[in-house]
Amino acid sequence: MYNNLSNKRSLNKTVIYIILILWALISIFPVYWMLTFSLKTNAEIFGENVAGLPREWVWENYKRAFNTGNMPRYFINSLIVAISTIVITLAASVMATYAITRLKWKGRKRMNSFFMLGLTIPIHASIVPLYTTLAKLKLLDTLWALIIPYSAFSLAMGILVCTGFMGDIPYDLDEAAMLDGCGTWGIFFRVIVPLMRPAVATVGIYTFLQCWNELMFANVFINSDKWRTLPVGVQSLSGQYTTDWGPIGAALSIATIPTLIFYIFMSKKIQDSFVAGAVKG
Amino acid sequence: MKKPLSYKLNIFLFLLPALLLFICVLIAPIIMSFVYSLTKWNGFTTPEFIGFKNYVELFTSKSINIFRALKNVFLLALLSCCIQLPFALWLALRLSRPIKGKSALLSIYFMPVLISTVVIGQLWLKIYNPDYGVLNVLLRSLGLDSWTRIWLGDKKTALAAAFVPVLWQYVGYHMLLMYAGIKGVPTDLIEAAMLDGATDSQISRYIIIPYIRPILRVSVIFAVTGSLKSFDLIYVLTNGGPSHATEVPSTLMISMLFLRNRYGMGSAIAVMLIVLCFVFALLINMLFKEEK
Repeated sequence: MYNNLSNKRSLNKTVIYIILILWALISIFPVYWMLTFSLKTNAEIFGENVAGLPREWVWENYKRAFNTGNMPRYFINSLIVAISTIVITLAASVMATYAITRLKWKGRKRMNSFFMLGLTIPIHASIVPLYTTLAKLKLLDTLWALIIPYSAFSLAMGILVCTGFMGDIPYDLDEAAMLDGCGTWGIFFRVIVPLMRPAVATVGIYTFLQCWNELMFANVFINSDKWRTLPVGVQSLSGQYTTDWGPIGAALSIATIPTLIFYIFMSKKIQDSFVAGAVKG
Repeated sequence: MKKPLSYKLNIFLFLLPALLLFICVLIAPIIMSFVYSLTKWNGFTTPEFIGFKNYVELFTSKSINIFRALKNVFLLALLSCCIQLPFALWLALRLSRPIKGKSALLSIYFMPVLISTVVIGQLWLKIYNPDYGVLNVLLRSLGLDSWTRIWLGDKKTALAAAFVPVLWQYVGYHMLLMYAGIKGVPTDLIEAAMLDGATDSQISRYIIIPYIRPILRVSVIFAVTGSLKSFDLIYVLTNGGPSHATEVPSTLMISMLFLRNRYGMGSAIAVMLIVLCFVFALLINMLFKEEK
């Protein structure tokens, strides 16, 4: 009887393991497939060797992906947009959080709830007004047309995370600094900002990934090829070279590899940054 | 304690950048969207005020067929709540028990969330490719030639084929949220239950799941509102086709705006989406509170 039960248990465990591993394979397959077919010839992709490792490593595909279209340009644009957005989001949210949590005034709670509205507003809400306003300001079809909206939409998350981290900084530090003659700005720059490093990492990672992957704004607010970011650039390249899978695979890989490298080295930190935005919201 | 004027000025200065961004990019446009939705406007001429005519047309026009788009996203929301979330919860519960290779599995499950939807979409386009795609190749090699389809081009299969990657991509996200929630369950609660002889499934059902309700609520809200406003993957995979079978409100909105230059109608769809997301978030919140 006991033996039977434990047999059933271990069978159960095996089944569970099989499901877990199967799902891991399903999760990873598209990326594996992308990386392998980015190095194959069409003959291999289209029949001889659909899903295996490449027999012959065709690095030529990457060269072609870099030379067709404006891949390097898209890559740099994406980088500029992501980094600028991170800087603006961080500066604005650390400052606002300081005003909301460390300075004492009536209505600061309400101000916090006001900013938290941003967590629920879909980007659809602002697409038309932003489009027309950016057009009027002659900012349409420049990288600012992405940096400004991305920063605004990252703000709520930034403030949410910063509030958590700033709450952990002991108030004694403020008082000590005040006794040393620091004013509001002195405390901010000498005490708070240096201690916000963990928040910087969390907000930075989250914001980076959002900007790097965003499609709707990037598609609508940018017209000329030279200001395209990676998602739109890759999308248009794939439309042009539908029969040449190797170079397309290489282009897709170029857009993905930075994220993957980032993830391999910082998986815990990246996962934490995604949880941070949701757990309190 | 008296507060000098300079203190107030400082508060204002600290808030200024955030407020400016927030009001200009998020708050004002919502109001503007609503105003635009009451006009007939092609983006160049002056908008003409027409009251609620856009909304009336939106909900009655056969050619726009908003109800098909709504039906599609509601179906997606339903699938997400009935398949994606329970599976994510199951994974999270499994991974929160001692198990070999847990952090590797966790990292792999979460990976699709990080990859650009354009890349994911392009890859699935190729997986579904009728001639060379992995799916049909696999079916053929198994001798199931009759099962092969033009997955995204056939009106019968397009919707299902478009939904699979959407659901697939975010399993890992929900799993991670739930996993983080389960980590927060006090271990003495679980140990006490184990001493009382509770099985793993009893512990999950009576201790862990009630404890992580707040996270489940967040997951359900994300799943439902995310489905309602889904855009990226559908846009890349089918862009609403074939013959509008996979149209969702967001793709309708974009084609109204930028293909047909109907800014008023596009705004009406945007307003409808905002209201829908808001109402559903409230409803889900209420549902979770009442059951308490």
